[in-house]
Amino acid sequence: MTEGHISQHIVGFVHLLRSMGVRVGTGNLVDFAEALTYVTVTDREALHDAALCTLIAKADDLPIFESAFAFYFRRLSALDLQATNLPVIHIPQRPLRLPRRKPGANDDETGENPDDLEEQKVGATMVYSGSETLRTRDFGSYSHDEVQQARDMMRRMKWRPALRRTRRSRRDKRRGVIDLRSIMRSSMRSAGEPLHMSYRSPRYRRRPLVVLCDISGSMDRYSRMLLQFVHTLNDGMDHVESFVFGTRLTRVTRLLRSRDVDDAVALVSKQVLDWSGGTRIGNTIREFNVRWSRRVLSRGPVVLVISDGWDRGDPTLLSQEMARLQRSCHRLIWLNPLLGNPRYQPLTQGMVAAMPYIDQFIPVHNLVSIEQLGSMLATMPDVKRSPRRVSASPRGHLNNEHQVSHE
Amino acid sequence: MTFAHIEDLQDALAQRNYIADRSLTTALFLAMKLNKPLLLEGEAGVGKTEIAKTLASLLDTELIRLQCYEGLDASTAIYEWNYPRQLLHIRMAEATQQASAVDIFSREFLIQRPLLHAIDASRTKAPVLLIDELDRADEEFEAFLLELLSDWQITIPELGTIKAVHPPIVIVTSNRTREVHDALKRRCLFHWVDYPVLEKELKILTARVPGINAILGRQIVLFVQELRRLDLFKIPGVAETIDWANALAALQTTALTFESVDDTLGAILKYQDDLQQIRGDAVRAILARIGSA
Repeated sequence: MTEGHISQHIVGFVHLLRSMGVRVGTGNLVDFAEALTYVTVTDREALHDAALCTLIAKADDLPIFESAFAFYFRRLSALDLQATNLPVIHIPQRPLRLPRRKPGANDDETGENPDDLEEQKVGATMVYSGSETLRTRDFGSYSHDEVQQARDMMRRMKWRPALRRTRRSRRDKRRGVIDLRSIMRSSMRSAGEPLHMSYRSPRYRRRPLVVLCDISGSMDRYSRMLLQFVHTLNDGMDHVESFVFGTRLTRVTRLLRSRDVDDAVALVSKQVLDWSGGTRIGNTIREFNVRWSRRVLSRGPVVLVISDGWDRGDPTLLSQEMARLQRSCHRLIWLNPLLGNPRYQPLTQGMVAAMPYIDQFIPVHNLVSIEQLGSMLATMPDVKRSPRRVSASPRGHLNNEHQVSHE
Repeated sequence: MTFAHIEDLQDALAQRNYIADRSLTTALFLAMKLNKPLLLEGEAGVGKTEIAKTLASLLDTELIRLQCYEGLDASTAIYEWNYPRQLLHIRMAEATQQASAVDIFSREFLIQRPLLHAIDASRTKAPVLLIDELDRADEEFEAFLLELLSDWQITIPELGTIKAVHPPIVIVTSNRTREVHDALKRRCLFHWVDYPVLEKELKILTARVPGINAILGRQIVLFVQELRRLDLFKIPGVAETIDWANALAALQTTALTFESVDDTLGAILKYQDDLQQIRGDAVRAILARIGSA
């Protein structure tokens, strides 16, 4: 290979990586080129290793790199898209759209429990729905237009989760520890005589939020609204990690970054394969604990689990994993859309298993409940939760220890 | 000591009992040649910190270690002014009627912390600077590192810019409890340290626990490799393998039996849930599998 050839290949390979979604800066490219002066370019393995450490900066990009390298510096078979983590887009049989109610199509669904039917009836009589009634109406009974309206209202909400005291400090005029450096500097202006006191006080930051949203079949009526809700959270705050789950867990943080909620929701529905399937909450929470908790649960986050608790999995596993999840976050809040119904009792197997490990159990079925969640997050105390009493029977917790609030 | 070829470095590391594969050695070699920091990411206990220690002993140079933690700030990591001394100096100047208060912001009042120490101009040799577990520090701290890691210099507002004569060899490690910022990643070479494959782990174990019985060593590694395939909350790293081998050696074990594993399982599994899951039948199953292998 001549000099010209090599640089062509470098650029070509970097282009390939970029086209596969790996972010490679010009600086990396220059490093790679420089690295090649120290390794034997004709040695395929040396070339591979040099490219690897100069071009890649994320462990997630490794499989993409491997298949790109194999493809570009061909010796193996052609590019194997299946072997990479690239989003392989399956064309679904139905149009890519979340469960959404068309106007007037209110009564074609059979609810899981009789209460749902009654709620729908109530909803159907409110034909005059002004924005005030919209706020108190159950998401499940929204028509297509109302979804749009509610979305606009949701977008105007302000999200300001409670503050967490960090170990970093900032200058303060009145209180805190004495800032000797600043005092010394300012005293230089007055011949070494300190005339002003300066202090440093702890800095506060907003707590990060982690959302795990159930999108399985039983949540069908709520999924779209709730996903919009999660999008609003993502849009309004810096540190939100979001996941959706049915039978398996998918991280959707990046997908929901898209400004436009429809784009974001469309992206999510493309990537997530288990829409409207069954739920195995225990397995999901375990997957989260094992794969993600170390990466997203630092800095004392508040975790929101949004689910109706209809679980087809093992309740023992669910209890165990919920306990671990609770131990590793600041507060664990369970949002249940069914809790909006005053007659609802959290007696499903999944709910019973999870209950002892939930710090707060609140409804999320209409705009009012979402506003209440917002103010609850904003006023959450910055103190550790009191040590949990170990209870033999989870049922004992149901109505006395946990705040079960109805709007 | 400089290395002409990657293989030389690999051999030299092996002589110091650090078994590095080709791609890690290449990353290290290039970090030295290109004069760039090397960011090592990987699960806990795969030998990220150890590489810096080995490198320092290999190059016969000083190892400067900065352990990161939340709230780590410039005054603990970079430099601090010696305030008591400054105050005394001012009082002295007052007493002796010398109005020379300006020079209290000079070198003699400066306390070097690890990062400044690493680029001290009086050095005759580049040190190895280990910035350990960067992900434990908060995002703000990374900003302090940017100037140092790209230009090998630190600017002190009262004093000016201090630049390294011999830029340190920098190893940054992260356990990935959060994503390191792009600005920092861009300044580094990157290597993901994975769990070793069977043969490599066996080599590591023999290098680190020299007296180990060959049969026992193989069984230990096979057992740990089997464990890594299971659905555990915390998969044991190489550090755990080595600890476990030492524990078994201390108990004069010559071959893995159900009892010896059961007694020492705490050396490799550090979570109660994991222990509960493995203890008993799972141990028997793994032993049966590696017995037949």
